[in-house]
Amino acid sequence: MEILVCVKRVPDTAENEFELNSAGNDLDRDDLVFSVNEWDNYAVEEAIQIVDNVGGSVTVVTVGDDESEEVLRREMAMGANNGVLLSDDAFEGSDGKGIASILKAEVEKGSYDLILTGAQADEGAGQVAGMLAAMLDLPYASLVNKVEVGEGKVTVGREIEGGNQEMNEIDLPCVLSIQTGINEPRYVGIRGIRKVAKVEIPVRSASDLGVDAAVIGDANAKVKRVDYFVPDLGEGAEMLEGSTDEIIETLIEKLKSKGGL
Amino acid sequence: MTQIFAYIPHQGGVAADIAFEFPEAAKKLDGAATLTAVVTGSGADLDKVANGLTSLYAEVIKIDNEALAYPNAEVVRKALLNVLDANAIVLAAHDTFGMDLCPGLSIKMDSTYVADVVDFEGVDGSLLKTVRQELGGAVSTHVTCDITAGAVVTIRPGAFAPVEAGQSGAVADKSADAGDLTGKRRFLEIVEAEVGDVDITKSDVLVSVGRGIEEEDNIEIAQELAEAMHAVVSCSRPIVDAKWLEKSRQVGTSGLTVKPKVYMAMGISGSFQHMGGVKGNPFIVAVNKNPKAPIFQVADVGIVEDILEFMPELTEKVKSL
Ligand SMILES: Cc1cc2nc3c(=O)[nH]c(=O)nc-3n(C[C@H](O)[C@H](O)[C@H](O)COP(=O)(O)OP(=O)(O)OC[C@H]3O[C@@H](n4cnc5c(N)ncnc54)[C@H](O)[C@@H]3O)c2cc1C
Ligand SMILES: Cc1cc2nc3c(=O)[nH]c(=O)nc-3n(C[C@H](O)[C@H](O)[C@H](O)COP(=O)(O)OP(=O)(O)OC[C@H]3O[C@@H](n4cnc5c(N)ncnc54)[C@H](O)[C@@H]3O)c2cc1C
Repeated sequence: MEILVCVKRVPDTAENEFELNSAGNDLDRDDLVFSVNEWDNYAVEEAIQIVDNVGGSVTVVTVGDDESEEVLRREMAMGANNGVLLSDDAFEGSDGKGIASILKAEVEKGSYDLILTGAQADEGAGQVAGMLAAMLDLPYASLVNKVEVGEGKVTVGREIEGGNQEMNEIDLPCVLSIQTGINEPRYVGIRGIRKVAKVEIPVRSASDLGVDAAVIGDANAKVKRVDYFVPDLGEGAEMLEGSTDEIIETLIEKLKSKGGL
Repeated sequence: MTQIFAYIPHQGGVAADIAFEFPEAAKKLDGAATLTAVVTGSGADLDKVANGLTSLYAEVIKIDNEALAYPNAEVVRKALLNVLDANAIVLAAHDTFGMDLCPGLSIKMDSTYVADVVDFEGVDGSLLKTVRQELGGAVSTHVTCDITAGAVVTIRPGAFAPVEAGQSGAVADKSADAGDLTGKRRFLEIVEAEVGDVDITKSDVLVSVGRGIEEEDNIEIAQELAEAMHAVVSCSRPIVDAKWLEKSRQVGTSGLTVKPKVYMAMGISGSFQHMGGVKGNPFIVAVNKNPKAPIFQVADVGIVEDILEFMPELTEKVKSL
């Protein structure tokens, strides 16, 4: 089975405290720590496990800049066989549809049985996979937490509200967005990364891919982020301050009055 | 004139709560637009939902077909494409069905897509101004969306104020227009979530741990605090993903909905999928080492500390009471 996994380089929510820049319209991006989107590690792990079972190969792809190469290498250190970087100044400022169009061009260059993505990324949209599937006229299932490969089809579980699982049968080729918890992504150590440090990662531009120029880049983005801001959400929490002892004393009084103790 | 269609999710003959929220969302989107509810399904359940919706919407479109008895996004998409006006604005819930349906629907309608909108700031020319959140709620953004050729927009459940019944609308049956409803994805069955040994929904006090607990062995620290408080340990999703606690301990939209008196959020950032499972307006205590954590916007009391140091001290003090 030939599997393509789409991955995105994102600011790491665990490692960063997000601040606005001095102009107040963007994140202060200077010292941000980046990593692979959490969901994408589950997608890559699932792809590797499928290939371990039924044979084939795993290719990881990202639309990004030079720095995005590191996330491809990380996923290759997990066990993905190939990496492809889609990068071009013309891609800059693309909206979700633009990103999906770029990925579509790459998909059409290969012959994949299965295309996996993460269920969502840092922007919380969960849009790229469903768009890509519709553009390719392939069937799609989102929030997948179980995959069983059959003959010309897969049986997939989708995680729905309340943690219930919706089972579906879906024809191959298809696009699936993977939910966390489907597996336990393997650990990648420094040594693993070193092993793939020298592997050549092809870079493809807009013209290599033959992407439709009318849908990519800032000028063609119909959905645009105007600014970032910190919302005014009323008062927020009463922050307890002082020494830990003082805080605990106040907290215990409050808990008593609210039925917590 | 802008036309807005709201896709209404429903189950067992009852419309989801968000049916009450779409009218407010539509009003904020464009006060001059017409709003029509759309329901798909089959049989008596569908009729019940459609008729019920006439108290909230002036027009309700129903699409009845056996193939729509279970909401399979691929099949629903086909039906909607045949019934809805291509330049319209389609509103749906940002839930597991909306996430399945909407990105692809926007491509097939050749319109734009904005996901998980928490507020609208009206239309300016051809641009719809929306408010979203990113990075798990750490920051908010204004996002504009060109609606010249229509748009598909999912809204966050609970983000818009529910309206009261006050319409006396009519149901229009568009079942005959649904067209070919065969697909490449077939619904098989629902497998219900497993029931655990402890029922977190029954506890008045929950000590809930998130990724801030850092390691499996540290769960014990939370358990000790819970014991001292006669509480039960619950958790956020990453703790279940890591298999440190059972799924039956997970609070949130894809876990359980809890209604305790007191909710102690320990090392939990406060994503909407997590907080969506905390109902009944409990007293929320948040302990987090990041003073900017979004949980502090929804908690009653906030404490900026390392939970691994704070919890044992609190346990000692509670024990000595
Ligand atoms: C080079 C570049 C420039 C950009 N410039 C702007 C800008 O100027 N203004 C702006 O508002 N936004 C910009 N973006 C953001 C862009 O709009 C988003 O990447 C896009 O909307 C998809 O991200 P998402 O978080 O919505 O993905 P989601 O749909 O939530 O992600 C789901 C899954 O889709 C896949 N996926 C998502 N993005 C990528 C990717 N880049 N490569 C491969 N797979 C992916 C992953 O598998 C991911 O798990 C830029 C992005 C890139 C890569
Ligand atoms: C469809 C869907 C459904 C979902 N359903 C659910 C659901 O039902 N329930 C759920 O919880 N999530 C759910 N999620 C995931 C959700 O989006 C978040 O990813 C998740 O809630 C984050 O969990 P967290 O707050 O524990 O982790 P994080 O967001 O990583 O937050 C950890 C927090 O701990 C703090 N911290 C770290 N170390 C310490 C320390 N030593 N002391 C104090 N604080 C510390 C950090 O500052 C941070 O704020 C769902 C996602 C999707 C896409």
